[in-house]
Amino acid sequence: MARKILMAHGAGGKLSAELLREIILPAFDNEILHELHDGAKIGKLAMTTDSYVVRPIFFRGGDIGKLSICGTVNDLAVTGAVPKYISAGVILEEGFDFDDLKKIVASMALAAREADVKIVTGDTKVVGRGQADGIFINTAGVGELINDVDISAKKICAGTKILVSGFIGDHATTILAGRHGLELPENIQSDCAPLNKMIFEMLTVEPKIAMLRDATRGGLAAVLNEIATAANVGILIDEEKIPVREEVRGVCDILGFDVLELANEGKIIAVVPSESADKILSVMKKNIYGVDAAEIGEVVKNSAGKVGLKTSLGAIRIVDMPTGELVPRIC
Amino acid sequence: MTIDMIKKIAQLAEGKNKLRFMEVCGTHTVAIFRSGIRQILPDNVELVSGPGCPVCVTNDDYIDKAIAYSRRENFIVATFGDMLKVPGSRSSLAAAVAEGADVRIVYSPLDCLKLAQENSDRKIIFLAVGFETTAPTQAATVLAARAQGIKNLFMLSAQKLVPPALRFLLNDATIKVDGFLLPGHVAVIIGANAFKFLETDFQIPSAIGGFEAEEILIALESLLEQIDGGKAIVTNNYQSVVKAEGNVAAQKILAQVYKATDVEWRGIGTIKNSGLKMRDEFADFDIERVAPIEIERVEKKSACRCGEVLRGLVNPTECPLFGKACQPLHAVGACMVSVEGVCAVWYKYGGNNFKWQEKF
Repeated sequence: MARKILMAHGAGGKLSAELLREIILPAFDNEILHELHDGAKIGKLAMTTDSYVVRPIFFRGGDIGKLSICGTVNDLAVTGAVPKYISAGVILEEGFDFDDLKKIVASMALAAREADVKIVTGDTKVVGRGQADGIFINTAGVGELINDVDISAKKICAGTKILVSGFIGDHATTILAGRHGLELPENIQSDCAPLNKMIFEMLTVEPKIAMLRDATRGGLAAVLNEIATAANVGILIDEEKIPVREEVRGVCDILGFDVLELANEGKIIAVVPSESADKILSVMKKNIYGVDAAEIGEVVKNSAGKVGLKTSLGAIRIVDMPTGELVPRIC
Repeated sequence: MTIDMIKKIAQLAEGKNKLRFMEVCGTHTVAIFRSGIRQILPDNVELVSGPGCPVCVTNDDYIDKAIAYSRRENFIVATFGDMLKVPGSRSSLAAAVAEGADVRIVYSPLDCLKLAQENSDRKIIFLAVGFETTAPTQAATVLAARAQGIKNLFMLSAQKLVPPALRFLLNDATIKVDGFLLPGHVAVIIGANAFKFLETDFQIPSAIGGFEAEEILIALESLLEQIDGGKAIVTNNYQSVVKAEGNVAAQKILAQVYKATDVEWRGIGTIKNSGLKMRDEFADFDIERVAPIEIERVEKKSACRCGEVLRGLVNPTECPLFGKACQPLHAVGACMVSVEGVCAVWYKYGGNNFKWQEKF
């Protein structure tokens, strides 16, 4: 039977990686793409692109417009760049509400102002009814790499600390609850936010940060596994140190999700030198998007390529790469 | 408190022969692996998984039928997400979706009522799998559909019952189990008394347990205490939610719509009165009676040892396909598909290599 694309091919897990390895990389491979980081480094510039298909398009804490700016801004920032210019391509379905489009564009503008980026070029296309789902947005971004900063898996070694910038799972939980009619308390909303300023502050106090990643699709589990594989090290995290809201844990229990695999839209993982971990953490905590930042574990000598979780019982279990379609169209 | 419990378990197990406890429920399997309970248990206490993952015990024929219905014009198949990737004899629902079949993921069968109303010109088929925990909601859905005059919602039923399966396992001399960790969620519905036969007919230590790590440890401690004291009873270690008589209202709803019938369990065979069939009064909600479908029964030849895994005879790693030809992305057996499938859980949490190579 002819192979077809499944939803899981777009979920950022193992199937996405397979697609990349089998089809995308052989066709396009070059030394820049080969890095497979969230953004590409070209001379003094960083560049990235991302498409946004989240459903519902409006959710508590944001909408597809805010997401489309924050996501691209964050991808540039974790590459070690100051985001500067953004392009926006919008695909609209015939019959889409004018007022909804106005709201989405306004929140793109607001997010761009907060992140201090300019939307400098764009494109609009309309397709027939039923040929898209309301609105899809693609943004690309260009940023200037910060001098002396070199984000690279090669710098990760035993003893390096793992930091997370706050509560995990809020975005996915908000989207899921919206879809399944679960009532959530007011404090649970998408964490969608531009993190470039916090990241800049972190890189200013410590340019030697080894790795920065935003924990979007596949959550902490995917990002930590990617880092462990790329740097060929073991990573050990402590369940009790990971910031998770009680309500988010509750939704995970009901729907059978592992909070470590849930997507975030305003959380980063930083892999930092042991001696400056406290300094970086205090900078994060001073930023509104890092108030609940925490050190959650460290890089270890053995178990290379694996991520371990020390559970509340004191046992250590493996955190595997998420396999597939956990939550379709989360961003 | 947890540390004390771990110590107590170690003390109780000390000096005893190897003990094998079976956790019947897939939710327990996941919780045990996630919290790392296997690593902290004494070497002579082994946990084996039982047939308590609904997707795993659903046979190929059922999947083939679901796929066949999904390909029919004007049919919508509604299902829990887990069923999508389960391999039938030739294909899976996920593959049918990629080819254009209309399959919707729902989190409760009750969601189908709305789906049926919004698509009044189409037939909605809910894939009714699961155990006593989910079956009452499915029965309630049928009752609600009748009350609301919904005529385009149907069930493709394959629900299963836990007690007959346990009885079947205990009558199989090849299966060696020293105690059962019983599923708390099922017990909430059917009641602790429904497991009494384990005590009276089989004299096997059993403990009804909750799903938090500590609740599981409490139940395991209870099993070890029974063995230590030479007892074999059913203890209810989940008293906060499990009553002796269970949820009588749910039992009534279930009995109103369904009756027990012999069904086939994937990899295990047919077990007497271990499944549910809609009563004749509700035949108009039973898709197999409203629009019967013929599928060709295909005998799959495979080295897959799902059947033995589900009976606790072998661990997943003893299957020659495990982690090689059979992985979550390319599953051969259903146990590798469901998030609660024994093989999937073993694979996800590190196969047989549970020992992290370095202390914290």
